[in-house]
Amino acid sequence: MSFIQYLVSGLSLGAIYALIALGYTMVYGIAKMLNFAHGDIIMVGGFTAFTAISSAWCPVWLSVIISIVVCTVLGVVIEKIAYKPLRNAPPLAVLITAIGVSYFLQNAALLIFGSDSKNFPSVVKNAPPFMLVYENSGVKFFTSPVDTADKLLLTISMETFVSIVVSLVIMAALTFFINKTKAGKAMLAVSEDKGAAQLMGINVNATISLTFAIGSSLAAVAGVLMCSSYPLLNPYTGSMPGIKAFVAAVFGGIGSIPGAMIGGILLGVIEQISKAYISSQLSDAIVFMVLIIVLIFKPTGILGKKINEKV
Amino acid sequence: MSMLHIEDLHVSYGAINAIKGISFDVDEGEIIALIGANGAGKTTVLHTITGLVPPKSGSIVFNGTDLTKTPAHKIVSMGMAHVPEGRRIFQQLSVYENLMLGAFTRKDKAEIQESVENVFKRFPRLKERRNQIAGTLSGGEQQMLAMGRALMSHPSIILMDEPSMGLSPLYVSEIFDIIRSVNESGTTVLLVEQNAKKALSIANRAYVLETGNIVLSGDAKELMNNDSVKKAYLGE
Repeated sequence: MSFIQYLVSGLSLGAIYALIALGYTMVYGIAKMLNFAHGDIIMVGGFTAFTAISSAWCPVWLSVIISIVVCTVLGVVIEKIAYKPLRNAPPLAVLITAIGVSYFLQNAALLIFGSDSKNFPSVVKNAPPFMLVYENSGVKFFTSPVDTADKLLLTISMETFVSIVVSLVIMAALTFFINKTKAGKAMLAVSEDKGAAQLMGINVNATISLTFAIGSSLAAVAGVLMCSSYPLLNPYTGSMPGIKAFVAAVFGGIGSIPGAMIGGILLGVIEQISKAYISSQLSDAIVFMVLIIVLIFKPTGILGKKINEKV
Repeated sequence: MSMLHIEDLHVSYGAINAIKGISFDVDEGEIIALIGANGAGKTTVLHTITGLVPPKSGSIVFNGTDLTKTPAHKIVSMGMAHVPEGRRIFQQLSVYENLMLGAFTRKDKAEIQESVENVFKRFPRLKERRNQIAGTLSGGEQQMLAMGRALMSHPSIILMDEPSMGLSPLYVSEIFDIIRSVNESGTTVLLVEQNAKKALSIANRAYVLETGNIVLSGDAKELMNNDSVKKAYLGE
């Protein structure tokens, strides 16, 4: 396989990481907490979509929407029940609560769905892959299998394609929402100074709820995309991608939205490239090593910035 | 009836009683100064009025509504703006975005645009720097932005907390001129200041706060000639 092939699969994985990392970074920016249960929302999204798709009546698109709705509500409810009462508590208490919520979700899934891995049906199962073939000094494009293995440049499965496109569209929409709408501006204001935001007439509690809602809905989408590409689904499915997305968020500069996008995509690419060229067993170690190196030289992450206070 | 009436207000942070039962009034059109030393509780009073800190007991009645029972984010749309201590502008947003957040609760786009024009007229420097990131402004410009942002809500009363803090003497005079002109255009002002001399020079009436109690009050000009005020706050 070619380098470009690995790059594309890295982009696809990275785009999914970016979606998850956005949830981490937005919640951190607004509520100043690390929501370690965020990864498990992915798993809940996966199971919800799985259950809906498995029932004969529910079309795929509707299953995805149900999954998004369930995760959005779950995210908001978790914030209200578990985190809101601790708004003024020491950060460690909130962190431990988040870990508790994470175990709660995993165990709830264990109880309902059992520990066996389910085989997640792809959301685009009958769609053929794209193939780019190099032929007579030009690149040709096929959507049906062609027998030109020696000249094959690149195969992009529908899952990979959909992951990249959906993630990019969501990231563009989110960027627009944050920077151009009133609710988005309110989120930026709350993330900088809750008290001052309140003085502007911004409802801080509602803004925090909105942030959890958006983060969790992105996690649902990420869950469906990830399970389509890597179809094993069990109660622990969300934890590793959750941790890696957290790494991506720190990598990009926690609290920074473009940082989470860049961090996620870079992380996915680094992971796939090191799997391909160095060692598939060591790929996770390499990912974390890159993080450590970046943090040594730029402790705030790639786009994290330090704000100098002026008197 | 006065515009803002505070009755027997107590505020505590845990076991520490910061405000120990104060009462005062602000009438429409006035500039009221609240002066006192560091730690006297001046900022706490303003924070309690706009709901950033909950009171232990007492009432804060603004145009007939008890603010102690009103959520903080609903207060600005009732016509009360607060320029907090240390400006607390949104450092990562542009000057213009800061101003628009000041008008967060207002709906009418044409009216908001008119307010922006008025703020730019009052603070030409903000107009020059409208697209600059607020965190890169100088201290005096940040204070102007904080005031402009408060004016964007079109308030009937504006609470100002230490507007002269950390500014060069030139800026201090400019800021006080602006406070006076804001008042002259019809906005009531409740001013908290450590710079007692400046504050008393523009205020109608003043209250002197000492460790959570009001120890003196009265006409600003008279307080300026009061011996204990002179000694403690005017450095004479």
